[in-house]
Amino acid sequence: MTTVQPGTTPDTTEPPQAPTEFDPDADSGPLERERNFRVVGQSPAHHDFVNKVRGTLLYAADWNLPGMIHGKVVRSDVGPAKIVRIDTSAAERLEGVVAVLTAADVPHNAIVEHASGGLGELTVEQPVLARDRVRYVGEPVAVVAAVDPETAAEAADLVDIDYEPLPGVYSAEDALAGDAPLVHDEGNVLVNWRLERGDLDAAFAKAAVVVENTYRTQHVEHAYMETEAGVGWLENDVVTLRVSTQVIEHAVEIAAILGLPQNQVRVIASYMGGGFGGKEDMTVEPYLALLVWRTRRPVRMIWSRQESILASTKRHPFVMHYRTAADEDGRILAVDADIIGDAGAYPCLSARVLFAAAALSTGPYRVPVLRTRSRAVFTNNVPTSAFRGFGAMQVVFAYESQIDAVATALGLDREEVRDRNYIAKGDLTAAGEPLTTAVAIAETRRAALESLGAPAEPSGPNKVVGRGFAGSMQPYGRTIWFRDHASAWVTLQPDGTLLIRSGVTDLGAGQAASLCQIASEILGVPLSDISVYIGDTALNPPAGGTFATRQLYMSGNAILRAARKLRDQLSTVAAKELGVPEDALVWADGMVRSENGDTGMSLPELVRAASEARVDTSVLTTWRARSGGFDPQKGQGNTFPDYTFGTHAAEVEVDLETGDVAVLKYAACHDVGRAINPIRVQGQIIGGAAQGIGYALMEDCVTDEGHPLSSLFADYLVPSSMDLPDIQVAVVESGEGRGPLNARGIGEPPIGPPAATIASAVEAAIGVRPKQLPITAERVLALLDERDRRQSTKEQQ
Amino acid sequence: MIRTQLTLSVNNREHEVWVRNDRTLLDVLHDDLGMPDVRYGCAEGVCGTCTVLLDGQPVSACTMYAVQAEGHEIVTLRGWSDPREDPHPLQKRFLERGASQCGFCTAGVLLTAATLAQRNPKATRDEIRHELVGNLCRCTGYQAIVDAVEDYLRAPTEQAAERGEAQ
Repeated sequence: MTTVQPGTTPDTTEPPQAPTEFDPDADSGPLERERNFRVVGQSPAHHDFVNKVRGTLLYAADWNLPGMIHGKVVRSDVGPAKIVRIDTSAAERLEGVVAVLTAADVPHNAIVEHASGGLGELTVEQPVLARDRVRYVGEPVAVVAAVDPETAAEAADLVDIDYEPLPGVYSAEDALAGDAPLVHDEGNVLVNWRLERGDLDAAFAKAAVVVENTYRTQHVEHAYMETEAGVGWLENDVVTLRVSTQVIEHAVEIAAILGLPQNQVRVIASYMGGGFGGKEDMTVEPYLALLVWRTRRPVRMIWSRQESILASTKRHPFVMHYRTAADEDGRILAVDADIIGDAGAYPCLSARVLFAAAALSTGPYRVPVLRTRSRAVFTNNVPTSAFRGFGAMQVVFAYESQIDAVATALGLDREEVRDRNYIAKGDLTAAGEPLTTAVAIAETRRAALESLGAPAEPSGPNKVVGRGFAGSMQPYGRTIWFRDHASAWVTLQPDGTLLIRSGVTDLGAGQAASLCQIASEILGVPLSDISVYIGDTALNPPAGGTFATRQLYMSGNAILRAARKLRDQLSTVAAKELGVPEDALVWADGMVRSENGDTGMSLPELVRAASEARVDTSVLTTWRARSGGFDPQKGQGNTFPDYTFGTHAAEVEVDLETGDVAVLKYAACHDVGRAINPIRVQGQIIGGAAQGIGYALMEDCVTDEGHPLSSLFADYLVPSSMDLPDIQVAVVESGEGRGPLNARGIGEPPIGPPAATIASAVEAAIGVRPKQLPITAERVLALLDERDRRQSTKEQQ
Repeated sequence: MIRTQLTLSVNNREHEVWVRNDRTLLDVLHDDLGMPDVRYGCAEGVCGTCTVLLDGQPVSACTMYAVQAEGHEIVTLRGWSDPREDPHPLQKRFLERGASQCGFCTAGVLLTAATLAQRNPKATRDEIRHELVGNLCRCTGYQAIVDAVEDYLRAPTEQAAERGEAQ
């Protein structure tokens, strides 16, 4: 990984609104005396790495309790249908079966998601277990528990359900038709977001060029290696669930389902075997909770891989219709975008995903006039929800393709067109909010393109090579009107070791470890002396879930604040003991000492002195993100706290006979503000790019009227070690980010650019732009046919 | 379902188990013998998450019945490298390279890589990628894993690494 020095930020024209000045020393930035980092910027092997590599980490399924029974969800094997009759008697009679539960057994049979935060989405309930109607193949209808998993599976098969089929609708476009069957009585459009600014018609009228295209993307499986799993039990009458989840805060929804007070449900998150957004909604939780509550026994539930592929939430397929107007120099005058996302049969987080799509619909470009409409539409497909990139990644494929199309139409260089249009600090986003931190996207582009090196020659006669690139802008942190906050609790122990308690959940990206690293930097406690306890609604202060690339930003800032507070309150003690001014104390290596090292004390000595001076050695604090409002009528307002920018570049070889696309070279560069842990940053960038390459070229959940053509893992192709080239990574550290010590989030951003990057490279190779994902060999052959037809028509003229 | 009494040799210890004949080796190792380092991934033999060594060869424990494993030597990650002892040099290279993110695939990947190192200590980068094709990883993009295996093959012992032969 290389680090690129950012250039100066381009001057901005007068911003319509005064931006909040970015002050690196205020709040999240390093203080003057913290600037010589000792721990931040290093890549130590944390506790989680060690446990994973040694095989000692206990995931959700690795939990066993005396008398534990095994749960299994009974799922609909048909699409939209009325439930005529459910006969559970045969299942109940099977030896070893402990419980068979249906809708009638659920105290409050509804999950209601207000994903938009009350800004105009339909209120649609999702039953925990379907009552009288199912809406998609795989919908839960009953849940069973038995003494072993084999018996539970047998019992699930014995639950006899009669259905009467109902008409269905299987694409968002079809669901918008006036005569489309209603997925919910409330209507098929879950939410309709609109962003508008300026006079669109006037802007299009004066354009030198208008490019208009429709882009289509597919259902994608998260395919985390650990399927949905958990174990639940009753402890002191508290329903306790230890599950693989990104969001322990679902405890309150579980309490509502069971009709219990919120203090009677506890959720513990195990370290996840991957999540990528797929464990942001509840998975096994309501079923485990019901079984625990009804049987009063410990229950384990693990979804099989095939069940996960059948019924877990997917990435939204988008249809994106874009019209882009530009002047003769390639300056964008206006964008008119219409985005529809297939929400599947229930709301989940679709309202928010389509909001992110709208807010990011114009990408990292200055667009003076715009009209974006973004709708989440119900269908009888499997529900779609959060997935790394969260609506802001699908649109990259469209907006980057449009910029290339403008360049092509005007005969201009693709880089030059971007340089003329990149958004800069102080410019307005699509939602009309000024950017408040540096935009170093041009640097990321130069670094990514440079990393590709000299172009390769085609490896054979029927092969062509092409090079492309694409950039993106991805928010980090929750939508701003949710008034986000995170708490952290640090305690210095009598022996000088440190405890960190945080409600953060760990996806494997080092969410817990980064807290240790920041606390170690501030308090000088060696990493080996820090223990971190996470993901428990009972014992940890709430951190909010791990999603939206928010945990380094939120909990990172919370731990920074907590550690600084603890240091400040102990500084009074140390200053007095050592006779050194408070701000001249150095906290390092388990010691507090003067700058010249003449005098100092160990942390155990400090804790003793603090105890005598009646000063607390523990701090619990909350960090609050800045908040704001959004006006859904005007379509302008506050959206996200900040963004991470980056560019990827690729060289591909297209086989003209087979249509196969091979990625020969790939490079990725993002501005991460400051790399807290470079190896983890690099890991996120490579891993995100790899997932994005899978999205671009191979991944697709193919269905026929809502029925998956296969639910086998063998048929859902995720990239293997043979499908990916070595990815060259560069980072820019602009020193401006709203995360702790000026870091920016990097979890989601790297998955944005790959599809547009590869489409751009394929176009460079064959002269036709792929507008539908994935770019399979069949689709490339179809594009080549289209090209040949066009050429022969031209020749005939 | 017929049950059978078996003696399984796992990590140099004999275990007596009484299992349904349709119980997979994976379920017996993970649930009956309490070995969390052998994990469920797909039950199709596709992802390699549940990889164990059977007479020294990597196999998917999900596509074998436990009854088929009797008479064979089974080694899991924790048998290959005891967590009470120093990490194996290959594990150290994984730590240095950040070759594990969520860690769910890591046990299988390590065992596959370890057998490659035995069979083909001079494996090239492409050969390493080829060998790992049966171990899916959704987090790392494989690159750090390939780097770690390559580091290990270039300097398989700690002494060699310290002498700088890795360069």
